[in-house]
Amino acid sequence: MRTGAILLINFLAASAPAVAQAAPATPPGEEEVDAYAVSDANAGAAPFEGADMLAAFHGKDGIARVVDDLVERVQTDKRISEIFMASDFVRLRRTLNEQFCYILNGGCSYTGRDMKMVHADHGVTVAEFNALVELLQQAMVREGIAFSAQNRFLAKLAPMKRDAVTR
Amino acid sequence: MPRMIALLVAMTMLPQLVAYAQESSETLDIETGGKLRLTRGISTIEGQGGGGLTPWAVITGDETDRGIGGTAHVTAVELPDYSFLSYGGAIGFYDRFELSYTRQEFDTQDVGAALGLGQGFTFAQDIWGAKLRVAGDAVYDQDTWLPQIAVGANWKRADQGAVIGAIGGADDEGWETYTTATKILLDHSILLNGTLRWTNANQTGLLGYGGNLNEDHELMGEFSAGWMLSRELIIGGEYRMKPSNLAIAKEDDWIDLYAAWAINRHVTLTGAYVDLGSIATFDNQRGLYLSLQAGF
Repeated sequence: MRTGAILLINFLAASAPAVAQAAPATPPGEEEVDAYAVSDANAGAAPFEGADMLAAFHGKDGIARVVDDLVERVQTDKRISEIFMASDFVRLRRTLNEQFCYILNGGCSYTGRDMKMVHADHGVTVAEFNALVELLQQAMVREGIAFSAQNRFLAKLAPMKRDAVTR
Repeated sequence: MPRMIALLVAMTMLPQLVAYAQESSETLDIETGGKLRLTRGISTIEGQGGGGLTPWAVITGDETDRGIGGTAHVTAVELPDYSFLSYGGAIGFYDRFELSYTRQEFDTQDVGAALGLGQGFTFAQDIWGAKLRVAGDAVYDQDTWLPQIAVGANWKRADQGAVIGAIGGADDEGWETYTTATKILLDHSILLNGTLRWTNANQTGLLGYGGNLNEDHELMGEFSAGWMLSRELIIGGEYRMKPSNLAIAKEDDWIDLYAAWAINRHVTLTGAYVDLGSIATFDNQRGLYLSLQAGF
């Protein structure tokens, strides 16, 4: 019996890593999050092919400026600032950079959670999701990204509405 | 030109009207606003949310699935021999259902005298419309070919029954139904729309419904395309097939080239070059279309 229990525990311990192992060490400055399986699939969209889109966004530096601007805007826009009130902005900035860079084929990996998990507790409405899209558009305009490239990128993000909007 | 003056007056009054309507809605604890710029469409000459000549599957107003919105419009078309004005309002419920009312006035100017109707004889009609969105999301369904689809119906009543009878029109009241599909191909910044309308309206109904050539409803195709140039500007064209039921005057399909500009969140100004073909025996009716829509 005892051996059986140990075997069972060993078995559980051996199978657990599939879920837990992936959880990366919490980077400095970020709050801890519950364990989750890390995968590029969590980014919610397949990356573009080729280098055009990355160039249209002015490379990783351009992406970083868009993300910085967006994260600033979500904190001040009164339509959605409440949703982000308790957010870990260090983590949000990092994972958005990863997600955008991955989708724009900038050679990054996405290590954040999937869109369903990220938005699960926020009760986001269609109007709020649209407001977020508008802020991203404003951030992309500010970076001087061509409207056609903005739309190509938004087309990749658009289906995420199904996972993000819960109310 | 008085039509254009009406348009200018509307331009100053409509935004205040919708601002008042929005404030009132919020007092009543009704959620308003939330749609992305231009995605409510403009108002057709028959009052539905859509393009200029043909309805789209989008629901009018800026509301989302949790709220109520509304639009008001004034549209003027100046043609070589005629002057056209339409104005009305529409309400969108939960981005799902739309009710609209529009009045059309078609001033025959000198033609009225030439046809023995009298100088400036005006045909008018009232149009009540309802539209239900049944499937799809034109904006967000970017990973599927499924368009946003809506079905609608219009009830129309023309005011010149005696003249309509005299020129061979079968009825001065009529109805039509339609199915419309809207797809935004966001990765190409393109909007496509197709509408199938089951109708027997003569010149949208201003000249009655059915006639001595054909009384029955027929299926008409209407198509439009738009190229989004910015968040505020879309340019494109429309094509609308029309029945030709009156022996006295053939009726042509309609074509236009348009530019719609969202001046701000509430107001959209649309200009177009329209070719309305032959109207009441006067050919080549090509001219300028201007439409102002305000909404919340």
